[in-house]
Amino acid sequence: MSLQNIDTDFEVVSMPATTTTTKKTPWWSQLQFMAAGIFFGIILIKSEVMSWYRIQEMFRLQSFHMYGVIGSAVVTGIISVLIIKKTGAKTLYGEPITFQPKSFNKGQIFGGLLFGFGWALTGACPGPLFAQIGAGFSVVIVTLFSAILGTWVYGKLRDRLPH
Amino acid sequence: MHILSTPWPWYVAGPLIGLTVPLLLLLGNRHFGISANLRHICAACLPAKIPFFSYDWKKESWNLFFAGGILIGGFIAVTFLAGPAPATIAPQLETELQGYGLSYTGSLLPADLFNWPALLTIRGLILMVAGGFLVGFGTRYAGGCTSGHAIMGLSNLQWPSLVATCCFMAGGFIMANLILPFILQL
Repeated sequence: MSLQNIDTDFEVVSMPATTTTTKKTPWWSQLQFMAAGIFFGIILIKSEVMSWYRIQEMFRLQSFHMYGVIGSAVVTGIISVLIIKKTGAKTLYGEPITFQPKSFNKGQIFGGLLFGFGWALTGACPGPLFAQIGAGFSVVIVTLFSAILGTWVYGKLRDRLPH
Repeated sequence: MHILSTPWPWYVAGPLIGLTVPLLLLLGNRHFGISANLRHICAACLPAKIPFFSYDWKKESWNLFFAGGILIGGFIAVTFLAGPAPATIAPQLETELQGYGLSYTGSLLPADLFNWPALLTIRGLILMVAGGFLVGFGTRYAGGCTSGHAIMGLSNLQWPSLVATCCFMAGGFIMANLILPFILQL
């Protein structure tokens, strides 16, 4: 089967059939997500999660900080999702909240390892890249462009990679 | 304001990051995941008839607004909420880095490694350019990043996300302990 018909990307709803929101929304309604991003960006800086040193400490087992952050974030997330599922909560605009199961493919192993290499080198995953630029580390723009290039090359080679 | 300006402990920051999951779900059934932005940027700027980039990225533009917000949030945090004292790092790490001629200055990124002239050095090229490439290539190959898999995927109890998260960590351990020491010596 051609890979084109298999959705391996769990962050992007690219298949028309699974697109959840059909309602036309005005562009300014997106500003609420910008506000959420500002909230998240401030946390990334104030918790020093976007610090190159904190990432090195994590991978060298020299500090509990990152494990505490990620662990308590996951526990909070699990409880939140559980509550949303149990109560059948809807969005603030009355639309249903949906979840798609993720299927396994080898990309999670190969891609995961490659991303791990990049994470330890740059000290940043994609969210912190944006936070670092905002915090005034202008050279990280180069890292971001390189990450965009990496994404593009993956898209170009996707059919030839083991999944 | 004192509470806001000191570095936040893990038990404050972690739950707040976790709350981003229900916040985005309640705002519009959006699933937390930041690396997807890199794909949207490719789809918007250079789709080049590649099937992976041929989709309606505008439907996903909320994520670009979210990333723009992170950038603004970073600016606000260092401009208005900056702490009085520099952060401290583990003494073993400080000693190890001194061995490579890198002194700790209290900044969030080592200024000796991440600066514009360093791009012309082999060390800087590997850290910033190759590192960035691996972040972009690896996250898309894995189908998500720390937010999409480790936070959102695990919150929804998806075992493929646990596999991905373990591989993120394994890759990081290998790089930081076995390969990075050689790169930092360059």
